[in-house]
Amino acid sequence: MPVSDAASKFTPLYEEHRRAGAKIIPFGGWLMPVQYTSISDEHQAVRNAVGVFDISHMGQLTASGAGVAPWLNRMLTNNVGKLEVGGGQYTFLLNEHAGIIDDLIIYRTANEEFLLVVNASRTEEDFAWLQKHLPDGVTLDNRSAERAGLAIQGPKVVELFQKMLGTETTLPARNQLQDFAYDGVKLTIARTGYTGEDGVEVFFPANDAVKIWRAVLEEGKSLGLKPCGLGARDTLRLEMCYPLNGSDLTPETNPIEAGLGFFVDLSKKDFTGRDILQQAKENGPARKLVAFKMAGKGPPPRPHYPVWVNNERVSEVSSGTLSPSLNQGIGMAYLPTANARIGSEIQIEIRGQKFPAVIEKKPLYKKS
Amino acid sequence: MSNVPDDLFYTESHEWVRVEGDKARVGITDHAQAELTDVVYVELPKVGTQVDARGQIAVVESVKAASDIYAPIKGEVVEANEALSGNPALVNTDPFGEGWIFILKMASPEDVKQLKDAAAYRQAIG
Repeated sequence: MPVSDAASKFTPLYEEHRRAGAKIIPFGGWLMPVQYTSISDEHQAVRNAVGVFDISHMGQLTASGAGVAPWLNRMLTNNVGKLEVGGGQYTFLLNEHAGIIDDLIIYRTANEEFLLVVNASRTEEDFAWLQKHLPDGVTLDNRSAERAGLAIQGPKVVELFQKMLGTETTLPARNQLQDFAYDGVKLTIARTGYTGEDGVEVFFPANDAVKIWRAVLEEGKSLGLKPCGLGARDTLRLEMCYPLNGSDLTPETNPIEAGLGFFVDLSKKDFTGRDILQQAKENGPARKLVAFKMAGKGPPPRPHYPVWVNNERVSEVSSGTLSPSLNQGIGMAYLPTANARIGSEIQIEIRGQKFPAVIEKKPLYKKS
Repeated sequence: MSNVPDDLFYTESHEWVRVEGDKARVGITDHAQAELTDVVYVELPKVGTQVDARGQIAVVESVKAASDIYAPIKGEVVEANEALSGNPALVNTDPFGEGWIFILKMASPEDVKQLKDAAAYRQAIG
């Protein structure tokens, strides 16, 4: 994952992570836990029980006022008109060349009020871009500093929340968001995640972060809950082929090439990047983001390793790791469309030696 | 606290050396494996490779990253631990035993004197 040297920001849980024995790395301008015990153990906790991730570094922007929905529909690729109050959707913020500034989830929190949960490293840029295009009557706020959040992911998430909030508790449906109260703290719970497991992202005031974190660890103990770092977050999302901003999604790539056209509503007449995406869809994109699996044992693929097809270097790996679930090297790469067929063999160059890999259907991991 | 056996020599880059006659068995320390965690692949050196002290000779990969392993002293690789091909996690579970990586025939057995002893290595890793 992209690592910045200029890391200086701390989430309100930084000291908790240190106390839990986390290894800390710089990530997108933040000092974040990469792992507590082992990436594999944390990965398996999420696949088989439940895990908790600090996502307080993620940006939280709110937009409200008369005309906010039509404006967001011009700024973003998906259609906020489809959202009832409490509903959320995955969407893209594009530049004029249809390049991806950010991928994010937007929730309608009131009829004319939206919450945008954005990538940590893009928060300032997103805010500046939206501010620049802000119409009269719409208010945009960056709430990131005063808000914190946890992703709680895994098959035992419902059990955990029934312990915390009462046995009658029903979590919101997939992609929906709802407010709950825990010990005097308002928790905004969204049924979403980045792991492929059932799970939620929970948002609350930064001042309450330590209290909520400790409560989740305590209540989750008997369920096998583990605190999980960015390492497991990366292996979990890559098994599902969820893209990582900065690696798989950049201003040089667009959502159609990334295979995420589902989150682009071309029936909307006017939004940034629309004409280019329409064309990419009609003519087919020149390249596609494919998932691949290494054939047999070998070193795991890593970002930027060269990708070869028929003795020609065609691309490089955008994301790669060893899949703890499959115990095999997996990755993603943009390939020329002609080379992007499922089942095709490609080669990954690792320290000067080429290793065979096969293009696979997404996701790479399916629950048995 | 990491295990640092008294009868071994150590490098600043966290390899250990066990002197066996004119040969040196090499692995990575308990401290190093704990830092790496989850070793998933070891690229072994080829037998017959000549290497200088501090020459890059093998690679240990965790889930997260690839790390270079260096020859502690000058010599020739005479054996590599093929067991790691099937079970790289031996580096984690038994770093000073089954998790050894390769054996060097030392160019000059005197060279081990330039390595750290256990006390000096303990101090280096705090």
